[in-house]
Amino acid sequence: MSILVDRQTRLLVQGITGREGSFHTAQMIEYGTNVVAGVTPGGAGKTVHGVPVFNTVEEAVRETGANTSIIYVPARFAPDAIYEAVDAGIALVVCITENIPTLDMVKVYHHVKQSGSRLIGPNCPGLITPGQAKVGIMPGYIHTPGPVGVVSRSGTLTYEVVHALTQAGLGQSTAVGIGGDPIIGTSFVDVLGMFEADPATRAIVMIGEIGGTDEEKAAEYIKAHVTKPVVGFIAGRTAPPGKRMGHAGAIISGGQGTAAEKIAALNAAGVPVAESAQQVAELVREALG
Amino acid sequence: MNIHEYQAAEILKGYGIPINQGIVATTPDEVAAAAGQLGGTVVVKAQVHTGGRGKAGGVKLAHSPEEAREVGSRILGMDIRGHTVHKVLVAPGVDIAREYYLGVVIDRAARGITIMASSAGGVDIEEVARETPEKIHREAANPFLGFHDYQARRLAFKLGIEPDLVGGFARIARQLFEAFVQSDASLAEINPLVLTADRTWLALDSKITIDDSALVRHPDLEQLRDLQEENATELEARAAGISFVKLDGNIGCVVNGAGLSMATMDAIKHYGGEPANFLDVGGGASAEQVEKALRLVLADSNVRAVLINIFGGITRCDEVARGLLAAMDAVKPTVPFVIRLVGTNQDEGRRILADAGITVVDTMPEAAERVVAAASGAA
Repeated sequence: MSILVDRQTRLLVQGITGREGSFHTAQMIEYGTNVVAGVTPGGAGKTVHGVPVFNTVEEAVRETGANTSIIYVPARFAPDAIYEAVDAGIALVVCITENIPTLDMVKVYHHVKQSGSRLIGPNCPGLITPGQAKVGIMPGYIHTPGPVGVVSRSGTLTYEVVHALTQAGLGQSTAVGIGGDPIIGTSFVDVLGMFEADPATRAIVMIGEIGGTDEEKAAEYIKAHVTKPVVGFIAGRTAPPGKRMGHAGAIISGGQGTAAEKIAALNAAGVPVAESAQQVAELVREALG
Repeated sequence: MNIHEYQAAEILKGYGIPINQGIVATTPDEVAAAAGQLGGTVVVKAQVHTGGRGKAGGVKLAHSPEEAREVGSRILGMDIRGHTVHKVLVAPGVDIAREYYLGVVIDRAARGITIMASSAGGVDIEEVARETPEKIHREAANPFLGFHDYQARRLAFKLGIEPDLVGGFARIARQLFEAFVQSDASLAEINPLVLTADRTWLALDSKITIDDSALVRHPDLEQLRDLQEENATELEARAAGISFVKLDGNIGCVVNGAGLSMATMDAIKHYGGEPANFLDVGGGASAEQVEKALRLVLADSNVRAVLINIFGGITRCDEVARGLLAAMDAVKPTVPFVIRLVGTNQDEGRRILADAGITVVDTMPEAAERVVAAASGAA
């Protein structure tokens, strides 16, 4: 078992004829992901790495039974791509695109929520169930199947932690990058609930960063609902207030969103917070006994 | 992106909000002339992208053009929390009866837009939120339909505003919401929104922050950027597509990924060092980008050592290594380097660097420890 993506995933790539879309389609196929269709308006009839291209998501779903979509289109077209996927009944939509205006995401978030579909991202590396499906841009080979669920707001920092886990002999059930924007489709709490319910996940690693209060909410949720061991990592202990640290969501504003507050909240919920990727692996190993 | 108070006021005016129209001045003579033109008592306000201007002495009353000139000469050139004052706003003095706070913000927790109002106007709203949170009233905008009239009125009633003034307050609240949405703001506030002695509403001070991701569709707002307010290196970095934040330490950082960059800074601090910057070369981390990043970091004369920490996923390590060598060749750095390179094609990347006599470190803690030692050795 795992969460969200597995061998049953039938993946559609939106923006498949673009540079990023095409490159990562090849990478995902190489990993073993079942990529069934691509969509580029006006691109019908083409194939990219053997994958048939359609003009619309609706058509792609009808012809191929795609149930998951990954979006590689530029920011100004990305909200529309999300709407198209959701309106065509795609259950899981993963948006890699960075720099989508926040007010666009307010509408997208609530539309997706009403539809019953799930959105991961935007501004995220995607997700991977090692050995089964890679729906994202992460380097697949650093992952290995195992009992650790990983959820993170970051990209390369997630790779860093996964790499350390793998090197320590700790495989992953699923690793989910939820994205670094202020408004994202899926939160820590959502993913924690899924890992708690997933029999293949025996421990959870949660990688947060400065900005917002989602880590604090996750801490409350863990205290009340999560029985599996959770290990935390929070980036940005040394970040100054009022400055956006790369990710649009990584900013301490109005005195809120500091690493210290998040670490305190997690500790209060019984979650140890590591100081390095290596220490994450050590703490997970201890927790698994 | 931050803009100045006078620029925010102009935006709000465009949405029909009554503002206390002032005149921007950059020299004491201009301040005196503005005061003469406005007549009577004026207030001279520093225009800088930071709060706490009043406490820092950046906001002063003047009762004559001569006094305004004198006040202006003191405020212009003043340093407020690291920001040099290049401009002041000279505005008419106002006979204030009551002060309110009115703001529109992105509410991350609610994934929406929240409108906030308080009768504790004219003071730092964060302080009000901390000390007397019950004095702040909130309304959540509908994500599709926006902010309704009844919600604006409800805020007014909660603030105890008299029935004959409720309509005026509600109109301003709706106009502020409209300005927020149309400008793709992440914050728009009027503080204070005052009721004058003759019972009219006036926005006395305002602040707007624009969502950086939305600036591409607002070329008019991009024009409001004040280059004097921004760090030159940060501007150069943005032009190159690199996220860069100047910090006070002496260890330069070149990292790919925002989270990893923050974690790298934290590791440096953990080993007793101080990072000189946050730097994310971007997911691509191409040779060209890495070279630009190195130049940016080395332009800071405080830098005593540099840590390059790349997790090559999409970007292959051999490409990063070649970029590093090219950059070193071009820049000829005089400070020590510690390089950590992990990921796709890492052996090839490390071989390229080893051939050039550069050793690559394995883990982040090891890299941080070494660069801290190198920085203190070279200091």
